Amino acid sequence: MLGLLVVAVLGFPVYWMVNTAFKPAKDAIDPDPHFFPSTFTLENFKRALEVADFWGPVGRSLVVSLVVVVIGIAVGMLAALAISRFAFRGRKIVIVGILAVQMVPLVAMIIPVFLLLNDLGQYDRLTGLIITYLTFILPFTVWTLRGFIVNIPKELEEAAMVDGCTRTGAFVRVVFPLLAPGMVATSVYGFIQAWNEYLYALMLMSQQNQTATVWLGNFITKNGTEYAPMMAGSTMMAVPIVILFLLVQRKMAAGLTAGAVKG
Amino acid sequence: MSAAETTTAKAPPVRQAPPPGPGAGRHPGKPAGKPSAPGARTGASVPWLLLAPCLTVLVLVLGYPLYRLVALSFQKFGQPQLWGFQEAESVGFANFARILGDGEFWAVVLRTVVFAGGAVVLTMVLGMLIALLLQRVSPWVKALISVVLVASWGMPIIVATAIFKWLFDADYGVLNWLIDKLPGVDMIGHNWFASGPQGLAVIMLLVVWGAVPFVVITLSAGLTQVPKELEEAARLDGAGAWGVFRFVTLPILKPIIVMLTTLSVIWDMGVFPQVYVMRNGHPEPEFQVLTTYSFDKAFVVNDYGTGSAIALVTVFLLLGAVAVYMRQMLKIGEVE
Repeated sequence: MLGLLVVAVLGFPVYWMVNTAFKPAKDAIDPDPHFFPSTFTLENFKRALEVADFWGPVGRSLVVSLVVVVIGIAVGMLAALAISRFAFRGRKIVIVGILAVQMVPLVAMIIPVFLLLNDLGQYDRLTGLIITYLTFILPFTVWTLRGFIVNIPKELEEAAMVDGCTRTGAFVRVVFPLLAPGMVATSVYGFIQAWNEYLYALMLMSQQNQTATVWLGNFITKNGTEYAPMMAGSTMMAVPIVILFLLVQRKMAAGLTAGAVKG
Repeated sequence: MSAAETTTAKAPPVRQAPPPGPGAGRHPGKPAGKPSAPGARTGASVPWLLLAPCLTVLVLVLGYPLYRLVALSFQKFGQPQLWGFQEAESVGFANFARILGDGEFWAVVLRTVVFAGGAVVLTMVLGMLIALLLQRVSPWVKALISVVLVASWGMPIIVATAIFKWLFDADYGVLNWLIDKLPGVDMIGHNWFASGPQGLAVIMLLVVWGAVPFVVITLSAGLTQVPKELEEAARLDGAGAWGVFRFVTLPILKPIIVMLTTLSVIWDMGVFPQVYVMRNGHPEPEFQVLTTYSFDKAFVVNDYGTGSAIALVTVFLLLGAVAVYMRQMLKIGEVE
């Protein structure tokens, strides 16, 4: 019972988004709310897709998120390996440094980042956005991948090395395959973070280069919000994200908590 | 859920043998770093080579702006300086003196702390309750809750904000309509955003709603690692449900709870789009929190120096909470 109540309360906003996406636009702004679409319509999707250029912003978001994830995983993986498999002087400082980066609220950095990109001629460029996103994707990637690497027993590598593998060979043949699920989980999470980012996308990109999240904001105008097409647009954006999430959230949580409980 | 389980199948042995006692193996007095690790015998340059790309990115894209943020907060930096017509001139502590001497600033600080504090407490309590509930419900309810959690977690903040704004809309909002159905209550046309506290309460709900899934999912992962034997032993010794939770579950989960709380503090102090979008990009004075206040000063008034000073004060405010988290993380770093 309690469980179902939780579902109802937590799930209502999501339900409302999908529900509204399919109902006629005038039902969306009816003082008597319609809990089911009276007539089932795809008009809102059409409007979002055709009238308000959907693919441009979504394409840009896709490019930015994918590049951020690929670079983030490649670079983050090396760093995670260094802090979880090597004992070296300064390791602690590096760990604290990487974690400390998470402490700086993004919005606090928006002013200098804006000025920096302005100076570099990267304002309103996708590359500029990609570089800035790396700052919050990277620490997260490093920390989570560390969690996954720690869970792979060192003995496996040592055994491979006894069998004649080099250290690199042992890593590539033994650890890497075991790490794959963790990397997928981390990538998905990083992708979603980049995909959903709003503030930097709003500040660093102009109207014609806006990303999907900012584009959604276009439906909010001075004369009121066009809820129905906005919900249609966000439903289309959210569906793939939710599916990705469903696939990896378990792994994700395991990586995040690894080492926290067991030490 | 089923998909998640299939990926688990080929995963490495995630679970290690449970420690002999709660935390018994935690302080083995093993010197941090140094020998034992197999890596020790490789050249010391290898880890640094591995770290180099990551550190380079972070230093360049974060280190420099951070330095610039500090520098800016001591400068007069407005439109002319931005366009390069004028050199930025140093004004010492003038920016800080101005904001710290401004009553409005302190009101904003207080509002932010109350807002973030409330959001964090609500998030953690609700998150813990739902995580515990998840352990008890039947599999299909559990699956249903998980789907809902993930769906709300994966929803873009701006979409969530738009939906909440609408649920609480004065004329077309579902909530007013629903409350109005209660006998003797007239809520039609009630404007939640007419007053700061009420409006911020709605925004707090939105923040909590968005943050709860992460907390629940992480805590659930943690709960699966609590050794069943310990709970049973406690129960045999006569502990009630609360006792087991208080003296067995909670201590074991403590590291995770500290981590989640600290992250929540950071995130909730840094709430921006929720307030910004909810108030159509122009939060009224009684809706201003530190982030939007700093943003307004910088980009609306074009006073980047003052905006930076406010941002810097925010960072310092966070350092207190961060200290706890840091110690925790260091401990984790050490035992490995």
